[in-house]
Amino acid sequence: MTASVKTLVNQPYKYGFVTDIESDAIPRGLSEDVVRLISAKKNEPEFMLEFRLKAYRQWLKMTEPTWPHVTYPPINYQEIVYYSAPKKQDKLNSLDEVDPTLLETFEKLGIPLSEQKRLSNVAVDAIFDSVSVATTFKEQLAKEGVIFCSISEALQHHPDLVQKYVGSVVPVGDNYYAALNSAVFTDGSFVYIPKNTKCPMELSTYFRINNGESGQFERTLIVAEEGSSVSYLEGCTAPMFDTNQLHAAVVELVALDNAEIKYSTVQNWFAGDENGKGGIYNFVTKRGLCAGINSKISWTQVETGSAITWKYPSCLLVGDNSAGEFYSVALTNNMQQADTGTKMVHIGKNTRSTIISKGISAGRSKNSYRGLVKMGPKAKGARNYSQCDSMLIGSDAQANTFPYIQVQNKTARVEHEASTSKIGEDQLFYFSQRGISTEDAISMMISGFCQDVFSQLPMEFAVEADRLLSLKLEGSVG
Amino acid sequence: MIVEKSEVILSVQNLTATVEGTPILKGINLEIKAGEIHAIMGPNGSGKSTFSKVLAGHPDYEVTGGEVIFQGQNLLALEPEDRARNGVFLAFQYPLEIPGVSNLDFLRVAYNSRRKHQGLEELDAFDFDDVVRERLSVVKMNPSFLERSVNEGFSGGEKKRNEILQMALLKPHLAVLDETDSGLDIDALKIVADGINQLATPENATLLITHYQRLLNYVVPDYVHVMEGGRIITTGGKELAMELESRGYEWVIEDEAAEVAAR
Repeated sequence: MTASVKTLVNQPYKYGFVTDIESDAIPRGLSEDVVRLISAKKNEPEFMLEFRLKAYRQWLKMTEPTWPHVTYPPINYQEIVYYSAPKKQDKLNSLDEVDPTLLETFEKLGIPLSEQKRLSNVAVDAIFDSVSVATTFKEQLAKEGVIFCSISEALQHHPDLVQKYVGSVVPVGDNYYAALNSAVFTDGSFVYIPKNTKCPMELSTYFRINNGESGQFERTLIVAEEGSSVSYLEGCTAPMFDTNQLHAAVVELVALDNAEIKYSTVQNWFAGDENGKGGIYNFVTKRGLCAGINSKISWTQVETGSAITWKYPSCLLVGDNSAGEFYSVALTNNMQQADTGTKMVHIGKNTRSTIISKGISAGRSKNSYRGLVKMGPKAKGARNYSQCDSMLIGSDAQANTFPYIQVQNKTARVEHEASTSKIGEDQLFYFSQRGISTEDAISMMISGFCQDVFSQLPMEFAVEADRLLSLKLEGSVG
Repeated sequence: MIVEKSEVILSVQNLTATVEGTPILKGINLEIKAGEIHAIMGPNGSGKSTFSKVLAGHPDYEVTGGEVIFQGQNLLALEPEDRARNGVFLAFQYPLEIPGVSNLDFLRVAYNSRRKHQGLEELDAFDFDDVVRERLSVVKMNPSFLERSVNEGFSGGEKKRNEILQMALLKPHLAVLDETDSGLDIDALKIVADGINQLATPENATLLITHYQRLLNYVVPDYVHVMEGGRIITTGGKELAMELESRGYEWVIEDEAAEVAAR
């Protein structure tokens, strides 16, 4: 790697500041009492406590998965703080009552929450450590019957809806991290789109980890009733600590007949320094259930942060003619490790899925695509198309592809294409010989490589994602 | 064309360079004036291509001595992109494929970086489209090539034509063409040569690097230099190229060796 390229890629992480705010945190460690304490702090209905305890008991019997292509020292789950919330946040009636320090924090992150400055066409739920601090445009959305609030609030005001769907897509004992999340989740977003309603604006949740000792365990649940549609976007950042923080989230999506959910993620957690010190462990379970006929769930993700990413947004295609999509750009630099991909499980007839995965590895990072395409015995006429492309920058980075294909129906069709390319010194020289700077050259090549995925993002975020990738790669190439 | 008292575009004095510690260029001297077309010929491994890459500033080559003055400026002090913006153009022997970047975007960014350097206004996509379409005729290229990724899936001849198209857009003061004739069939060779001739003006200079005399049938050089062992060992007019074609390189090298021995 040449010096010029190195300085270009290693741009400092600009969201690494810590907000100095008094927080209400419980002592470190995990036990049945802690689970009960979290539930009590949130004044939850009985069923939720039962759900948590069941998950906790299952988790105790489970072991951490070792199959991902990543390495890290063992996590001491007793060292983590499982609940941390900014103080003085009793009942907020309006944004004016939110601690100004918090509003400032989100403003600094480019997420203005105040009336005057908020993004005009995006409703935002802002989550700080364990709790939701504000949700914008709630009233306007309520007029259309759309519920968009924190999951804690949903448990107070819409317990039946939560009870009906929570754990229905990702059961409490689904996997180690999902079980942990089910036991200790502290907040997250809840979205409910009523029948035949097209959600009038983009919905967005912004996650911020602030406390160095706390884990973040959020839970998102989105339900789209028959004939409805919604586009949802999540973003995330964290301060720079030289220790690692655990982020184990669960996202469940349910699409009924003819409903459509589009879920986009721009993940920019702190990735650790160039020697791999610090950064977020991002161990996340995301799954969508296309329960109804002609339903559609689309995952788009741009993953640029985290020390370790372990994440497979998936679709269960149960309804006949339902469709699942997965568009992903995963970028790793320095010592980052990513094992990410998707699962498309075709159960109903004529179900369709598309997987477009773009992995970019720079520095000494490891970037693996892991994907499962399963055609069940009843998936008559089902089709899948997968395309997994890897791009290597420099000569110390790694890219791997682990595709799993299981077909139990003769009429199903599965296509898989893969490619590996490299941004080499000679290509960069070609650009510079035409007067084009190395920064511009890399940014042009990366944009071109990621085009199929960026075109799926909501417009204002596509530009952001493009810029983010260029920033992340500054100094890394050569 | 040789013009008396015209501006010196390139002056190379005793240039030496290594690649991975191995000396390749061992003292090159060369002067090129505006309006002139020079050809450097020589057997494989003589250092011709290295010379072109050193002029363009390829990072794999280390200059160990001598100087290169380009239009009064110390060329070796400039970064590769600044050399390009100042008007040094290298047509690559093996043009690189850039998947995912459209030829049109690539050309526009390159064109605008040169314009910006010249203090001219950058062109937007629409205005640039007009410029590039007009320039396509220089190499008889189909506009559909603009929509494709840079050089991706292009035939050898198409890649070379694309190089000349870039040259036509960037209008360099010094064009260095590295083995531009290699791998071309006769029709493509004629198109490329025709393009080079159209672009040669009394204000700029052209340096052709070639193993064969073939290209020189179509682009007539004012000077022919023979390179061997990292140095220019003899210089002549266009007849020298003809002689090399019929007699090979051996006799020049032997004459040179005898001359050195006699000294």
